[in-house]
Formats: sequence, C-alpha cells, structure tokens
Amino acid sequence: MELFVFVAAALMAVVGSLGVVTRSNPVHAAMSLVLTLFGVAVLFVQQGAHFLAAVQIIVYAGAIVVLFLFVIMLLGVDRAENLRIEPLAGQRIVAGAVGAAMVGLLTAAVLTSESAVTVSGQGLNSTALDSPDANVKQLAESIFGDNVFAFEITSVLLLVAVVGTVILARRLPKQAEAAQ
Amino acid sequence: MSAVIEPTTSWFLILSAVLFSVGTVGVMVRRNPLVMFMCIELMLNAVNLSFVTFARARADIGGQSAVFFVLVVAAAEVVVGLGIIVSIMRRRTGATADDLTVLKG
Repeated sequence: MELFVFVAAALMAVVGSLGVVTRSNPVHAAMSLVLTLFGVAVLFVQQGAHFLAAVQIIVYAGAIVVLFLFVIMLLGVDRAENLRIEPLAGQRIVAGAVGAAMVGLLTAAVLTSESAVTVSGQGLNSTALDSPDANVKQLAESIFGDNVFAFEITSVLLLVAVVGTVILARRLPKQAEAAQ
Repeated sequence: MSAVIEPTTSWFLILSAVLFSVGTVGVMVRRNPLVMFMCIELMLNAVNLSFVTFARARADIGGQSAVFFVLVVAAAEVVVGLGIIVSIMRRRTGATADDLTVLKG
C-alpha cells in the first residue's frame, strides 16, 4: 500500500513537472504545476507532515497558482507560444545534458550516503511523527519555540513584499496621463 | 509471497532530485518569464520534499519548520516577481526573457 501511494504520487509529481516544462500554453503549464503540487502534498502526508500537506494545498495550489493564472489572464499571454523555434542553437541539448547529469550526480550522492541519511532503527518506520495531532503540536512547538525569531522576521518580510508590490504595480500619475 | 517493498528515504530523495532537475531544465529552456517562474516553484517544491523526507528520516521536526518558512518566502517571492513581470509586460507586451537583454545598458 505504501508503495502504491508512493508510486502514484511520484508519477503525478513527475508527469506534472514535465508538463510545466513542455506545455506551450502557460495556462496548461499552471495546471500541470497544480498536479505536481498535489503529488508532493500526498508524499507529505505519507511522511507524516499533515499540516504542511494542508498548507501546501491551500497556499500553493490555492493561492500561488491562482495568482499565476490571474497574471496570465490579466496580461493576455494565454496564447500558445511556438516551442519549435530554438532561438539559441543547441541550448535544449545542453540543458537536457545538464539536467540528466544533475539527476545522475544527485542520485549517486543519495545512494552512496544511504546509511548516513538514515538513523539506524528510526528510518521511515519511526512513529515519533506519525499521529496527526502530534505533527501539528510538534511543528507549533518548533516554530513558536525554537524558531520564533525567524517567524517574527517573516512577518516583516511579508509586509515588505506587499508594500513593494503595490509600489511596483502602481501606475505613476504621469504614466496614467500619457495612457489617456 | 515476496516481502512487501516499502519506499525508503532514498526513493523520496531521488524523486526530489528528479523534480529539481526538471525545474532547472525548465528555467534554462523556457523563455516565457511566467513559465520560468513556475519552474522555480517546482525547484522549491523539490527541496521541500527532501526537507520533509529528512525530517522523517531523522525524526526531527526542524525539517518541517524549514519547509514552513520556505513556503512563506516562496509566497513573498511570487508576489514581488509577478509584480515585476506585470510592470515589464505593461511596457512591452509579449516580452520574453531574451528581450530583457536591454537591461544590460
């Protein structure tokens, strides 16, 4: 069962990620991104990160992708772009080779350090993070205890981002006159 | 009957490596700034997955709180990035990443 869930979710995530890269229409790419996000959320649940799975769906699939779609529709760039043209000769081949090399290197790194990443006897069978309530409680203790300073700084970051975006997206009075 | 195969830590890490690499290739290949942005989200998600995997493997909740902060920073980053893209597109419709070489001055 565990295996089936993993394979299904991994397939969702990989197919979705390939869709993001290969779809010519940005709207389809955004939809593929949703598929990937759901797959990753399933893998979060499988590993006992229930809260993060919920946040992943709400914040990523719910808010960030919708924001993407808003911008796509607002700018009217939802027509398919022609992917046949390759402006820089050989770029795709090189990019593909770099990507394949990256997968190979990272896989080799994971496989050679397999014993180091897993604490013996704990591994995936650890029950410490298993209960749903325990997950939220532990996460809350970690965020509001050990990382409370980082959490407070995060609020400043969000405020700066909001104010910065309002200033960026605002039409200056001069531009508004010129547009009329 | 053979023993039940359970997905181990390495499987999750390798899946995360694959997702990250696909995202990297996307950033290198695509020219639409919005799609490049989506590929960056893909890479962030791959890293989140490996964070959660390590949190599970080492039975340490710290990995999960790191993911929480990555989510917040990703949200802030998307907001600012899309704001920049909107203000660029308002001046030159249909701009691709190549057109922005004008920024070289």
